Amino acid sequence: MMATVDIEIPTPARERKRNLLDFADWSVAEVQALFETADVMAQVLTRTIKKVPALQGFTVGTLFFEDSTRTRLSFERAARAQSADVISFAAGGSSLSKGESLKDTLQTIDQMQADLYVVRHPAAGAPSQIARWTDAAIVNAGDGRRAHPTQALLDAYTFRQRFPGFDDFRGKRLAIVGDVMHSRVARSNVELWRKLGGEVVLCGPPTLLPPQVAPGVHRSHRLAEALEGAHAVMTLRLQHERMASSLLPSLAEYVARYQLTERALAGAHPEALVMHPGPLNRDVEIATEIADGPRSVIHAQVANGVPVRMAVLYTLLVGKR
Amino acid sequence: MKLKSRLMTGEEMSRALRRIAHEIIERNKGANGLALVGVHTRGVPLAERLAGLVEEFEGVRPVVGKLDITLYRDDLTEIALQPVVKRTEVPFDVHGKSIVLCDDVLYTGRTARAALDALVDMGRPAVIQYAVLVDRGHRELPIRADYVGKNVPTSRAEVVKVKLVPVDDEDGVELHEVDG
Repeated sequence: MMATVDIEIPTPARERKRNLLDFADWSVAEVQALFETADVMAQVLTRTIKKVPALQGFTVGTLFFEDSTRTRLSFERAARAQSADVISFAAGGSSLSKGESLKDTLQTIDQMQADLYVVRHPAAGAPSQIARWTDAAIVNAGDGRRAHPTQALLDAYTFRQRFPGFDDFRGKRLAIVGDVMHSRVARSNVELWRKLGGEVVLCGPPTLLPPQVAPGVHRSHRLAEALEGAHAVMTLRLQHERMASSLLPSLAEYVARYQLTERALAGAHPEALVMHPGPLNRDVEIATEIADGPRSVIHAQVANGVPVRMAVLYTLLVGKR
Repeated sequence: MKLKSRLMTGEEMSRALRRIAHEIIERNKGANGLALVGVHTRGVPLAERLAGLVEEFEGVRPVVGKLDITLYRDDLTEIALQPVVKRTEVPFDVHGKSIVLCDDVLYTGRTARAALDALVDMGRPAVIQYAVLVDRGHRELPIRADYVGKNVPTSRAEVVKVKLVPVDDEDGVELHEVDG
């Protein structure tokens, strides 16, 4: 290291605070830097001692107002692998069910003095609201149908890692198939993929696609057309409650038209990757042969969740110190 | 920041490195089981340079690794909103090796402390030694170097700037003073 002179710059925590709510205030260069940091974190996870002291002394709070197992586990692993302490709050059985308001709950939890909260909430915008009530940094782990930025980051990271001869996202096409309308994963992926310069095609029955889409995003109701030349194909879980609300005529018809099969993938890029944010319903939105096939990176997505979330926590917390 | 004086020319640096390479060989009784690990950024070309010299004198090239100690720092002097972490590449098993940790400047000793933590997390080397081009004093931890290119008394208001090809366009060591 080149010697540097220590200069104390007293900056209040509030001003240094950085959140990850969505990608609105993240530049392409900052996202690329996150990916590069994730590469280093991935390397840490391959060592005998899968832990670094980078976040020693920091406390990460997970606030889950909605059920989640894999996302919460992934964040906790990411925090502990950097020696941060973790405190967990789950809405089930908490004071929320006793009528306490979100603000009162947050202010009570905030007395535990966490430096960063990972927030999942069924209401869109709840993490942004919480960010206004605390000095801690906020990472959105899914709010309603609005955003799930770390899922989009790990998806893009997986693509960057696994697509043969990958250089950058420009000219790369992502097809998202299924219930796009109700999916925060889809929304965040569209936002990030577009930001990085890629193209996005949304595919599903008219009742499950948003009526309006951003510039550079295409819509299609025909699977073969949507997958034409796609470099990555992401299928979303079909949420069965949508059937009851008559958004779909029948499961059999949906499977016939939108299930990801070898035949449907024929028109995609020969090296196209198949992704799924999980949990997956085999032989509904995706054929088992595809889910377990050579193009599938579903397990890599889960594995990459840890280094990507490590990079997010590190960047937000160390930037704050 | 302004230049106060030149502490080492490229030629002087080259002589110091040749001496250090000889000292490393003497102390370790040859180059077998020897590994040089450079600390990012300028410790890396330093380790490469020393490995080349050891090969020239002994006919055996020690393995070379690169260490980024950002995740092990306790001072984080470079507070940035987007901290940059570089890759650690230690492509060999450190277990049982004689490792010479290489860095350009030894100052507070905090970088060396972090580098030691990072190294021992990878395994159990037989021995870790420490080589620096410049020791400028002002230690904050009980750490010393085994091989020193040049001892330079400095004040804390000064900055020792090491230039090494290929990171920089020439070799040399300069003493700068922080303005004001």
